[in-house]
Amino acid sequence: MILSRREALVLALGTVAAAAIPLPALASVDEAIAAFTGGAEIGTGPGVTLTAPEIAENGNTVPIAVDAPGASAILILATGNPTPAVATFKFGELAGSQMASTRIRLSKTQEVVAIAKLADGSFVRASSEVKVTIGGCGG
Amino acid sequence: MISRREFLQASVAASALYGASGVGNWARLAAQQALTQDQLLQFDTFGNVSLIHITDIHAQLKPIWFREPEINIGVADAKGRPPHVTGADFLKMFNLKPGSPEAYALTYEDFVALGKTYGRMGGMDRVATVVKAIRADRPEAIILDGGDTWQGSITSLLTKGQDMVNVMNQLGVEAMTSHWEWTYGTERVKEIVDGLPFPFLGQNIFDKEWDEPAFDPYTWFERGGVKIAVIGQAFPYMPIANPGWMFPEYSFGIRDERMQEMVDEVRADGADLVVVLSHNGFDVDHKMAGKVKGIDVILTGHTHDAIPEPVLVGETILIASGSHGKFVSRIDLDVRDGKMMGFRHKLIPIFSDVITPDPDMAALIETERAPFKDQLEEVIGKTESLLYRRGNVNGSWDDLICDAMLAERDAEIVMSPGVRWGASVMPGEDITREDIHNVTSMTYPACYRTEMTGEYLKTVLEDVADNLFNPDPYYQQGGDMVRVGGMGFAIDVSKPMGSRISDMTFLKTNEPIDPARTYTVAGWASVNEGTEGPPIWDLVEAYFRKQGNISLDPNTSVKVTGA
Repeated sequence: MILSRREALVLALGTVAAAAIPLPALASVDEAIAAFTGGAEIGTGPGVTLTAPEIAENGNTVPIAVDAPGASAILILATGNPTPAVATFKFGELAGSQMASTRIRLSKTQEVVAIAKLADGSFVRASSEVKVTIGGCGG
Repeated sequence: MISRREFLQASVAASALYGASGVGNWARLAAQQALTQDQLLQFDTFGNVSLIHITDIHAQLKPIWFREPEINIGVADAKGRPPHVTGADFLKMFNLKPGSPEAYALTYEDFVALGKTYGRMGGMDRVATVVKAIRADRPEAIILDGGDTWQGSITSLLTKGQDMVNVMNQLGVEAMTSHWEWTYGTERVKEIVDGLPFPFLGQNIFDKEWDEPAFDPYTWFERGGVKIAVIGQAFPYMPIANPGWMFPEYSFGIRDERMQEMVDEVRADGADLVVVLSHNGFDVDHKMAGKVKGIDVILTGHTHDAIPEPVLVGETILIASGSHGKFVSRIDLDVRDGKMMGFRHKLIPIFSDVITPDPDMAALIETERAPFKDQLEEVIGKTESLLYRRGNVNGSWDDLICDAMLAERDAEIVMSPGVRWGASVMPGEDITREDIHNVTSMTYPACYRTEMTGEYLKTVLEDVADNLFNPDPYYQQGGDMVRVGGMGFAIDVSKPMGSRISDMTFLKTNEPIDPARTYTVAGWASVNEGTEGPPIWDLVEAYFRKQGNISLDPNTSVKVTGA
């Protein structure tokens, strides 16, 4: 069977959508983290990579990507949004890689956080400051 | 055994020594009336590879006046580091003599007086002479254009960049990257790029829909037995600093992780030398040089800095070649066994009265300008004051443009963009239409008139200030501060975003700006689609015609602290 690129992507997106389980709206960033880690300690070493632009070209649709080899789940939070929870990606044992990319909406300049649950059950965190600017005077 | 680092440092010392003998004696030569083309071009050929770098020409085909900035503040790590050193400090740092040709070319002090001695700078026909001379010496020298080439003059606007394309093709450019090129819109960029005899590089230009690379990230040269990869880096903040709706298909960004991938890729493919042709801006490149491993040379652009010596970050050299055709950099490199072992560099100043125009290029420039001659040369007014733009917070050209908007748009407060391009005009000179276009020419010139609250005005100032003074260069967009008329303010560059701006004063009444009050505001160069209003050059022209002779007082409405 030969899939066109668009069809392949649609299929892939379907898989990701199924894996992305929306979090219930939690009051705070800390609560969302606690719910994800169960209160376990979070390391900052390597293990999870968060790729995000330094300055958003459009705050309504900011491309981000996470990659955590061997992880079983990755939590993404937009800490400055009225609702910080963005998504939790869960990866099954047969997942070829533990990475995901999506576009998120950021209400203002803020820190985007990714926390991964690694294969050994430990948690690591990466964060990135994304600036949302009104722009227009550079050059 | 000498390590590579020691080799490089030895070369830096040699380069500095060379600078002292080759560059440092212009003053004496000038005093002897002996500043000659041969002296400007003198270069002891070195190693086996030569690069020729020119950038940010901003469509200036003819020699111009260009006053370097008086205020160019560096924050955090960049404080006190070139290019954030100006005037007397700059002369001291590079051991240059006040009043010398290099002091005139590289700093602002005594600009008017020294201009009378040393004359205009630049001119693409002079640049062509320099390029030909380097190529006569080193036929395989690679010519690289750092972008901001197609925009900035009336002829480039009227031909949608075609005059510059023709000139750069004749010059023999072999690769370029981009910024203001995009303000002609996607369709025009593609049309030009399809016809270019060289690649239009940008590892950081992505197709927005598919999030995949849209242009060649790099190109290869095999010169002097050396395999050279040149990676392009377009201006990272295109859709933020300029109107994204003109090129909606593309996304930019710094994307330094991909830059690392590209460096690794070309190294794996056998590159002996890795050159990055960048439009990041100097401080962004300085940071990138420390993060991305394996780059030998970064040819910087965008922030219009002219630095007479390479700046070393680890084992990467950064070259800053100025703007507006005022300088050409020649970089000779010794590349052996897949490594850059040493370099020799010269920032060649294009003194237009010293360097003979190349006749072929001069003829082409005349051909390009001929159809517009009457428009270009029409005298609109006269100035008694020096008109210049560069400086972090204001420039006299912008003061004048702000005055014109206040008068012609019946506004209480006006804003003019902090762009860094624009030629100067000397006191006592006539102002032609070309002079006005040299500081206003763009594809989104509409002068809007709107209302803003005092609170929103502060938000705007804070936002732009953070683009300039964020301690992390990756958050800087490389423009200067927005110029404001009708309102004064204080700025503390050491503070975080949101608390840099204070003492906003409505100059008409000398009262503090009321956050809740609504002010009538005019401005130009809005990045928003559908902005309405007359083109800014029409307003400036009308203002000149009413005023006749312009004379400006020094602008004291912005107080800068924390530098």
